[in-house]
Amino acid sequence: MAKAKYAFFLGCIAPLRYPGIEKSTRDVCAALGIDLVDFNDASCCPAPGVIRSFDRKTWIAAAARNLALAEKAGVNILTICNGCYGSLFDAAHELHEDPELLKEVNKILAEIGLEYKGGTTVRHFAEVIYNDVGMDKVKKAVKNPLDLKVATFYGCHFLKPSDIKALDDPENPSMLDKMVEATGASSMYRKDKMMCCGAGGGLRSEFSDYAMKFTEENLKNMKDGGAEVIVDICPFCHLQFDRGQQELKGYSMPVLHLSQLYALALGMDKKELGLDAHLTPVKL
Amino acid sequence: MTATPNMDFVNDIIANGGESVNMCFQCGTCTASCPSGRQTSFRTRRLVRMAQLGMKDESLTSEDLWFCTTCYSCTERCPRDVAIVDIIVAMRNLAVASGNMFEGHKKVAQSLMKNGHTVPINDEVKKQRKALGLAEVPPTVLASKDAKKDFDKIMKATGFKKTIGE
Repeated sequence: MAKAKYAFFLGCIAPLRYPGIEKSTRDVCAALGIDLVDFNDASCCPAPGVIRSFDRKTWIAAAARNLALAEKAGVNILTICNGCYGSLFDAAHELHEDPELLKEVNKILAEIGLEYKGGTTVRHFAEVIYNDVGMDKVKKAVKNPLDLKVATFYGCHFLKPSDIKALDDPENPSMLDKMVEATGASSMYRKDKMMCCGAGGGLRSEFSDYAMKFTEENLKNMKDGGAEVIVDICPFCHLQFDRGQQELKGYSMPVLHLSQLYALALGMDKKELGLDAHLTPVKL
Repeated sequence: MTATPNMDFVNDIIANGGESVNMCFQCGTCTASCPSGRQTSFRTRRLVRMAQLGMKDESLTSEDLWFCTTCYSCTERCPRDVAIVDIIVAMRNLAVASGNMFEGHKKVAQSLMKNGHTVPINDEVKKQRKALGLAEVPPTVLASKDAKKDFDKIMKATGFKKTIGE
């Protein structure tokens, strides 16, 4: 089988707020043999919680443009964000299942000379590492074993809706915990591990106080469970925890995206992780 | 005050992606699973019941409709396989189409139209990108006028500007 190439779908928050996540992903993929190419001309996925809530038609048309661009380039999509994964995976699924919808969307894409035939596979960085690279290879690649107590944060749109994602048990998953433990770190048990960070669905952008209540409850459970660092797989959860801790009192738990944790474990220079963009200081 | 039920409402929800709305038998598993319901006045079961009962104006103008983070806990646990998030999204689409949109949400929508991204680029992040050896401007619609033009055409074709009341 030919080695899979992936168009690296950047999204919004990673390249524009936490570029260290983009950089770490590029470095980690290169080190682990995941072949990334730049995804030129893509837009926002667009965000499932907000844009899809405002207008489903705009959401799926803009998502289909991204899917069609990848299809035209002959590559599949790799995302580093649960929002992007949620939108692009779900949109690809809907377009695959509903030929009438695909026809309607293609009428819109025809205005820019594009057609989506339904052939783009959308994958998440974490899932590619877990399923394709595998934990044995990761363990062998670790040059800097990490002695950290970690709160793993799966986010919502990575595993759910589970009937179409089918990656792991949505109530009690273990993928990310295993990925974190492959670096030598410990994943700490906590209450309500699968609770949402609070940022999604437009809650952060309009009702930030309520979003922060989710965040604080999660932080309390993480602290009570003995964690000292949060590892996420979504730049929006990442932002909510990193910036959220600046608004709350009594918390200063560094927040790392899985790509940054892996960059550290694979022996890359800490300066390459882009940690100066983090508001909650990362002292490791 | 008596509410006037709008019996077309449930059909509008079905037509907008909430096909399973009538499958709900009001067990309340959704409300019990909802992390938002712990923090806010939002009650998932109540919202679905309002949809079934044709309480259009009451539900589409309520803040509660926007307290869902789309975490899918309700959808995962529903014993009737009701796609609750899809129902909420359908109701939100109807709310926006009837002119009920919050300012914070409008800003996100405006940023998408202006930048092709939900957040804008700024000088600070350009500097951070450069220091990391990344392109100052990521290779997205931000780096290509032609790509942004294509994106704008998609937005125009779907009528997004009008939908969000611009």
